[in-house]
Amino acid sequence: MKFERRLNYPRWLTFAVPVASLVLAAIITGMVLVATGHDPLTTYHQMYQSAITAHGGLTSTFVYATPMLFAGLAAAIAFRMRVWNIGGEGQIYMGAVGAAGVGLALGSWPRPLLIAAMMTGGIMCGLVFALIPGVLRAYFRTNEILVSLMLNYAAGYFIYYLIYDSTSYWRDRTSFQARVFPLGKNLAPKANWPVFKIGAFVLPFGFVVGIVVALLLWMVIKATRYGFEMNVIGDAPAAADYAGIRTKRKIVSVMAVSGAIAGLGGASQIGDFGHTLDPRGLQQAGYGYTGIVVAALGLYNPLAVVLVSFLIGALTNAGYALQGPHFPVGLVGTTQGIILFCVLGGEILARYRIRLGHAATAPPVDQEALPADDERPPALAAAEVQP
Amino acid sequence: MNKNIFVTLAVSAIAYGTPLLLAGLGELLTERSGVLNLGVEGMMLMGAVTGFTVSQKMHGPTWLILVVALIAAAAAGGVMALIHAFLSITVRVNQIVSGLALTIFAGIAGLSSYLGSVWKVGGQHGLHQFRRINVFGLKNVPVIGPIVFHNDAFVYLSWVLVIVVSWYLYRTRMGLYVRSVGESPDAADAMGINVTKYRYLHTIVGGAFAGIGGAYFTLAIAPIWTDGLTAGYGWIAIALVIFAFWRPDLLVVGAYLFGVLSSLGFTLQARGVHWPTEFFSSLPYLMTIVALVAASTGWAKRRLGTPAALGRPYSREAA
Repeated sequence: MKFERRLNYPRWLTFAVPVASLVLAAIITGMVLVATGHDPLTTYHQMYQSAITAHGGLTSTFVYATPMLFAGLAAAIAFRMRVWNIGGEGQIYMGAVGAAGVGLALGSWPRPLLIAAMMTGGIMCGLVFALIPGVLRAYFRTNEILVSLMLNYAAGYFIYYLIYDSTSYWRDRTSFQARVFPLGKNLAPKANWPVFKIGAFVLPFGFVVGIVVALLLWMVIKATRYGFEMNVIGDAPAAADYAGIRTKRKIVSVMAVSGAIAGLGGASQIGDFGHTLDPRGLQQAGYGYTGIVVAALGLYNPLAVVLVSFLIGALTNAGYALQGPHFPVGLVGTTQGIILFCVLGGEILARYRIRLGHAATAPPVDQEALPADDERPPALAAAEVQP
Repeated sequence: MNKNIFVTLAVSAIAYGTPLLLAGLGELLTERSGVLNLGVEGMMLMGAVTGFTVSQKMHGPTWLILVVALIAAAAAGGVMALIHAFLSITVRVNQIVSGLALTIFAGIAGLSSYLGSVWKVGGQHGLHQFRRINVFGLKNVPVIGPIVFHNDAFVYLSWVLVIVVSWYLYRTRMGLYVRSVGESPDAADAMGINVTKYRYLHTIVGGAFAGIGGAYFTLAIAPIWTDGLTAGYGWIAIALVIFAFWRPDLLVVGAYLFGVLSSLGFTLQARGVHWPTEFFSSLPYLMTIVALVAASTGWAKRRLGTPAALGRPYSREAA
């Protein structure tokens, strides 16, 4: 099998490739379902129903989509610049710790101020935590993938320690239930973030904040010097050095922005949904890792990440809603993985043509392998087959 | 229990360190060929569930069942690695994203969990298990006996594999070729080495090692399957390869050091030292960060090389 670079990139491919990849993913998932004795069409219909049309379905889809949006944006902004922040998971934990701490401490403040303070708390904790891999990468050239990954585990043990193994400020030591089983303190109802109700559908405040963040990031990338420099560093680090861009500072600041967004996601977990620091819930959800998938599927474009987070949120919600003997929880990750493989593979295949069965030296002009494409100028077609 | 604390720690270091050593050796081979595979956790889980299922469903003498289960676990890990190899080597997708996708696909809420429920092995008590062997009847020799002569077959397998991999990398022609593919695929290609073939081969073998490492959990430590039972060992294995500067001999040291730290909290608690277990549990991760920083200083970079082409897809057109 050989790949050849496409010399012209038809515009319709931009839309056709992701759609074709999703269809392919649906077919492969269907094959997995058939192989294990399920009817794929029935399953897909049930998934659609429970994620969108069922009572409360759309509302719970947004419960999953909101943290995925934040984690996706956090990953997208860093990955664009080829700074591989895998630490969204830990930064979400720390953001949740910060927001819950602020929410508990400042419970007497007026509501808008309290909510703003919780957001700030989450942002600051996520930001500072992300600075560790950021600074190490920028000034010591330490691999940020592994450092941020290791910190996820350290953060996981840290929040576990706060609730289960210590008498910390976050732990509830008064209520009856908390004496039976360790729990986090509940925040005052005032600290619950507002919701937007449209009929029976409830849109969480966090998702709206996430959309605003996505728009801001998109504008920064498209229309500012900061965004331009990010793209240069990502695409051509050597050129960025020659152009006098301060790469090290930029790495630190992009890590900080990424961590801040993830931290805000952690704050949203407290303010929008949990209202208490729940280590097990956070760890089982693993939104930080899913966010990387979301970012990759959205090709690191903030606006596309909004859409993808909704889709993956719907998929996850459907998975958990249908969970039972006929729909094991393992299908959630399996499906996500298949979609990701297909979209990743498809994106590259859009830029290359596949040729099957080729001699290694001096390939003969294979007329059948050359598609009869009227748009291709003959000169280009000839250039392509030069050995 | 009036055992020597050194012996207790060493024995638990081997127990906790063996899956790390096996998976780490595999990742080391993969990375030496220039491919970074972050899907180790997923491959380990697939090996764990496949090996366990085979050991539950097969009939026959125990030794045969366990050998077949081990081969099945290696095959499961290898097949998972093949997905990564195809995406990262042939299609040239970003290796980080592809590896993460593999972990999500096969991991705690993915295919390994799905297969566990389809094969209905969750919560079953295992019928067969690798047991400790009393080698030459020397297990009662003080200190050395329990550490060296009283382990299960996995441990001895891992020791053999360390020697084999060291010999392979440094003493054979193929090993030299692998290292050159990881350092400079252009030069290797110009020499007539088939870069694609070498990378595929070592990615798949790396996956097979990870599958065996995962099977250690279900076939040796405790014969039971639960979702995500490798608990992040796959990630530590990746860190360990860097910690060991891509050298099999240092990998042994690293794996057992991590093993000691994993068990130190419990061992000390049993002796009345009450530090939070979370502190000891997070020590391996924090130590890895320290090791990474140390390894990335200029001195270390010069002497202990990362495979220069690690994580970079190779294509002739870009050269």
